[in-house]
Amino acid sequence: MTAVRGKSEFALNVNGEIRTVTAYPMERLLDVLRTELALTGAKEGCGEGECGACAILMDGEIVDSCLIPVLQATGARIFTVEGLSGDKKLRALQEAFLEHGGAQCGICTPGMILAAVSLLNKNPQPSMDDIREGLSGNLCRCTGYTQIFEAVAEAARRSSALI
Amino acid sequence: MRSDPADYQLVAPGSLSAALALMARESQRWLPIAGGTDVMVQYAAGKLPARKLMSIWNLPELRNIEVSQNEIRVGAGCTYTDLRRHQDIATELPLLASAASWTGGIANQNRGTIGGNIVNASPAADSLPALLAYDAELLLVSVRGERRVRYRNFHTAYKKMELAPDELIRAVCIPRQFSEYVSYTRKVGTRNAQAIAKVSVAALGRLEDGAVADVRIAIGSVAPVPLRLAEAERILIGQRIEPALLVLARKTAAAEILPIDDIRSTARYRSAVASNLVAEFLETLGASGRRP
Repeated sequence: MTAVRGKSEFALNVNGEIRTVTAYPMERLLDVLRTELALTGAKEGCGEGECGACAILMDGEIVDSCLIPVLQATGARIFTVEGLSGDKKLRALQEAFLEHGGAQCGICTPGMILAAVSLLNKNPQPSMDDIREGLSGNLCRCTGYTQIFEAVAEAARRSSALI
Repeated sequence: MRSDPADYQLVAPGSLSAALALMARESQRWLPIAGGTDVMVQYAAGKLPARKLMSIWNLPELRNIEVSQNEIRVGAGCTYTDLRRHQDIATELPLLASAASWTGGIANQNRGTIGGNIVNASPAADSLPALLAYDAELLLVSVRGERRVRYRNFHTAYKKMELAPDELIRAVCIPRQFSEYVSYTRKVGTRNAQAIAKVSVAALGRLEDGAVADVRIAIGSVAPVPLRLAEAERILIGQRIEPALLVLARKTAAAEILPIDDIRSTARYRSAVASNLVAEFLETLGASGRRP
């Protein structure tokens, strides 16, 4: 068992690289990503798992990094929005978000994009209901959501054309 | 005020036996944390009394679903996503599959566990009415061995439960005997998505020759613990579903619940909606008998 008091070293697999951090085991993964690893794509919104601003991918599944103690992130493959910059789906999503006005202030955007990537990886041709459900844990206070849902639908059409 | 991580210990025993050994050595001193969807919220708000936590997230012994001839055994560490993706749960246990689908958003479903939903013991927990309707048993485990407790007897009062300080829930065991039943479940909240229930119902029923042969009605958010409406069930058995029976069932159900006024709703609203949901279930059950 790992040491129980004070800071420990944790090896995290983030965006395809092993990064070693020194942290308290109960430190939130969100804080470690932002302050130790300078990956500021994930944002703090509500801090209680309602808003999805801090969403990341862990082993391919969308999760809220504000609810994960860093100790529980060891051994998982973690992707933040920064790590997907070479991904074709992300490119299609980014373009569609731009064209459809899916991003305004930008706080929710990394979480929205990651929730959309996670959805499209499992369901490449989602219905509008699938998109609404897939993004239901991500709150946006600017767009009214319609532009975001349309952007994801458009990205799905373009991504399937890429294959 | 936010918690300081320096004040907390967190260990990862790595196996069920190591976790149980730790709990046995130091009773009540290590709070289990699985997906963190409840514990980390309290922690972030500076309201987590425990200072020593033990991670049981992803322990393989707690994260499998076994289907045997007589029961489906769901490991307590299975997430709502695990439940939603399991074919036998989708087809045989629709009350549980529905409850999993309307718990939080996808990110919460990827982390929140069925065992966590049970021990967090919220009267508004989404999965509990389903467990009551299916008459699930909980398999509890400690270094002393395993024992089974009917879920119906597990929650004894608000946030009180039949769980020793050195025990964990290992699995939820649901009998495979409901394929002939009509299932009904509905959650009424402020919105359909991402809202905590004001009232929720999970019910099963079976007609024989047009009369109610078996019925199970479970209801959440209207008492300190989720309830089975035993009296309403009793008056329904052997009866044909007709308007007069619906009136009586509504009255009986309303008399059995103990709703309160709180931040999410009022006792009066909860009572009216609970009666309506019972009536809607009975109409659904009655309609099933009229199908060719």
